[in-house]
Order: sequence, then structure tokens, then C-alpha cells
Amino acid sequence: MKHEVIEKNVGLMAVLILVVISFGGLAEIVPLFFQEETTQPVEGLEPVNALELEGRDIYIREGCYLCHSQMIRPFRAETERYGHYSVAGEFIYDHPFQWGSKRTGPDLARVGGRYSDDWHYAHMYNPRDVVPESIMPSYPWLNYATLDGRHTATKMQRLRMLGVPYTDEDIAGAADMVRGKTEMDALVAYLQQLGTVLKDTR
Amino acid sequence: MTSQAMSGFWSLWIIVLTLGTIVFCWWLLYANREKESVTGDVQTTGHVADGIEEYDNPLPRWWFIMFVVTLVFGIVYLILYPGLGNFKGVLGWTQQGQWEREMDHAEEFYAPIFQQYAQFDIPTLARDPEAMQVADRLYQNNCAVCHGSSARGGYGFPNLTDNNWLYGGDPEVIRTSIYAGRNGLMTPWVDMLGDQGVDQMVHYVMRLSSQSHDAAKADAAAPMFQAICAACHGAEGQGSAAMGLNDIGAPDLTRNIWMYLQPGQDLYDSIDFTIRHGRNGLMPAQARYLDYGVELPANFSSMSPEEKARILPKVHLVTAYIYSLNQ
Repeated sequence: MKHEVIEKNVGLMAVLILVVISFGGLAEIVPLFFQEETTQPVEGLEPVNALELEGRDIYIREGCYLCHSQMIRPFRAETERYGHYSVAGEFIYDHPFQWGSKRTGPDLARVGGRYSDDWHYAHMYNPRDVVPESIMPSYPWLNYATLDGRHTATKMQRLRMLGVPYTDEDIAGAADMVRGKTEMDALVAYLQQLGTVLKDTR
Repeated sequence: MTSQAMSGFWSLWIIVLTLGTIVFCWWLLYANREKESVTGDVQTTGHVADGIEEYDNPLPRWWFIMFVVTLVFGIVYLILYPGLGNFKGVLGWTQQGQWEREMDHAEEFYAPIFQQYAQFDIPTLARDPEAMQVADRLYQNNCAVCHGSSARGGYGFPNLTDNNWLYGGDPEVIRTSIYAGRNGLMTPWVDMLGDQGVDQMVHYVMRLSSQSHDAAKADAAAPMFQAICAACHGAEGQGSAAMGLNDIGAPDLTRNIWMYLQPGQDLYDSIDFTIRHGRNGLMPAQARYLDYGVELPANFSSMSPEEKARILPKVHLVTAYIYSLNQ
């Protein structure tokens, strides 16, 4: 085929460009769809409960992922500070995952249980109250906004369609679990379960 | 966590795509290559726009060589490192292996330093400025988030420098607080005391540390204090640690030290809130954060201080640091 043919036929060129750039994905991404390591949950992994799910949505709404990653890489500097490196099986039920791509604040992949609930409440209300050097913004409104749980069950149903194993009881009890809680309660509940499945041993 | 091999089909899929791409690039480069003409005449591509023609020059030599070098680099890389399906690469490199090596190197380098410190008892270590410098780093990285960089605590987090202990200030008690964590729980009392009872109890508590108070109300609360509060806080409000109870964490009420007093808050309001709603002070266990990767033996709590220091050398060092802040 003469080069000229491709150059003068935009449609053909577009198709060929797509073919060429799809090769990377075909070799690097597609095989992962069929590997146990990337499609099976790690042992003991449970989907987040209704309250934690609402917390995750607040995490997304407030843009926490812009400054906090949830992905510990296998480097000593990271595992010493944050704990065991992240593995694919921990994120099977995350739609979408919150890996993030930038750390202005620390990684949160294993922040669950590291600090007390009280600390999180104080810290989110005004980070300077507990860490005077902090540059994190304050999120005081989370204390005053109450959840009504109107959409919680629907969210869980949609997630179940994506393969998250919520039971009928989980979904039926969702609204009751969430109703009356503050957004702060939900966010702290979400943070306190992050990364707690994998044991921290080397 | 070890990575599993993928099935033969997907392994082959990756190999074919990867090598195929390299071969294709190679073919593309050579098939379209214009040779330098011997005579020095240069053909045109035949494109003409406004009388301007486009020369069909060969690729610059440096560019052509660079292209070949990248192809060769790719092949060499795929031989040395994992990339072609299940082929592990002749170097046997893995991400995990690199991490393990990094950890082993650090262990080799740092473990003897920490083990050396672990041989001293806590009061001795607390007087060693070099050790305390190391411990300060550990403190700042792990403890300062709650207790503050100066260790003076904050609202809801105890001051570690005032020689006032919720759980006791003996070296071994401090060590336990650090490695196992603490959970100090005070239940809400408003249901039992009622509004009037809470008001009277606040005055009683304020009298314990000689704050201005209403003597009549304080007197009225005295029997109730002895009946319910004294079990944890002591008959004189001296706190559980002073009574030799190391696992309760009920504060000494006689010293005018208030962990839950917000800046600018009225003392009365703070005590009132505490009695009404209770408190739940939690410090997570720090062994797994300070001494990363150490699995604690089941009988760890009954081991000797020397053994504890050897198993958790960083906890040992931080214990000495906290101890030193109060000497």
C-alpha cells in the first residue's frame, strides 16, 4: 500500500491509527481481565456498608482524591510509612477506585484504624486543631449536613449490577443505617475501614 | 503475595502482540526508507502547492539510527526483564523482589543500631542524647499527629510532658500504652444523675481542683461521687493511675489539668458535657506502625522488659523518649 493512499484517505488513516494505538492496551490491559490476581477479591474483603458507601461518595464529592492517593507502591519508603503495599484484589469492589494520582497529603490506602474516630472528627473539622503545620482545608459543614439515605439503596443496587455482592438485607437496611447520620459520621466510617483487610506483616 | 502465571493463551497473546509490533515497526522503517541517491539529485514527492514542491529526502541518518536503537533497546529489555507473557526475563527481576531486597538492606543496616539501643533499660536510654534524637524522629513521624510536635497534646489528646498520667508513668506502663494502645471509656451519666445532679456534680469536680464553685451544690453531690465516680476516679478524685490501676485511664481530677477543655471554653461547660455524654478516648496500638512487619508472640505481654525491647526495638526507643519528657 502506498503511503499516499493513507495520507489522502482520512477515514482509513483514522482506522489505522486506532488499530496501532490499541495494541498497547490489547497487550497490557486486556489480559488482566482474565487473571485471578486482578479479578478476585483478597481473602476477607467485604463490600463497604451503606454508611461507608455514603462516606465514599462524600470523599469523592469533596475531591479528597485530588490530594490523597489510595495506592501504596512496593517501595520501602512507602511501606515503612503506610504499611503493606496495595494489591489489586483489595479494590475489586471499588467502582470507581480511588487510587488518585497526586499526593499533596499522605496516602490513605491503610489509614483505617490508624487514628481514633475522635481524631478524624477533630481533624476534618479543622486540621490545624490537631496538626498545627497542616495545609489541609477544613470541612466543618460535614458536621451539620444530615443524610436522609434516600438514594443509598439505589446506589447499592447499581453497584450490585457491577458485581459487588450486596445481599438483599444489606440493601433493605441501607436507608435505616444512614438516616440521621451526619456526613462527617459517614466519611469517618469510610476512612476507618480503608485498607484493613490485608494483614500488615511483611 | 506472589504473582501467578497467566494462562498459555494470554501469555502467547502478549508475546505475539509485542514481538509483532516490533517486527512491524522494523518493516515500516525499512520498507519506506528512501536511499541517498548516488548522483545527488533529489526526487520530489509530486506534491505541488502554489508552485512550491516537496522534496522526498531520505530520513536523517541520526534519526534513522535512533529508531533502530530504540528497537534494539526494546528487544534487549524484553530479554532481561519480564514482559513477554510468562517469560520471567533472564535477570529474574520482580517488583516484589526489589522491595524485599530494599527491606533486607535496610534491616541489615538499621537493625543493629536499634538492637544496640534495645540493650539499655529505659531510664538509661532516656539520658542518651543520640538515642533521643533518633527517638524524636520516630515520635514526629508516628505520634505527633495526635500528641503534637511538642508532645503537649491538644483537645482530647493527652499532654505527654506534664507528669500527669492517665495510665501511669512507669516505663513498662508507657511501653504497654504505646505498643497495645489504650481505650479510656467514660459512660454518659445524665440519665442517672438528672440535670440537677449533673449541675451539682460539675461543682463537686471543680472543687476537687480548688476552682471557684458553689459549695452547697458540691456538698450535695458528694455522696453520689463516692457512690459512682470514686470507683474509677478514686475517693479523693486522684485518678485510677494513683490508685495503682493501670488499665482504666480515669484522670486525676485534683490537678486542674483538663484534656477536654477547648481553647476559650468555659471549664463548667466542658465538665458538664463530659458528665452528660461521657468520653471515649482511643489510642490505636502502635506496635504495627512503629515496628513494621513484626508479628507479636502470643505471650508478649508476659515477657520480660528485655525481651520486649528486643522484639519491638522502636517501641522501646519511643517509650524512653516519652519517659524522658517527664524527667
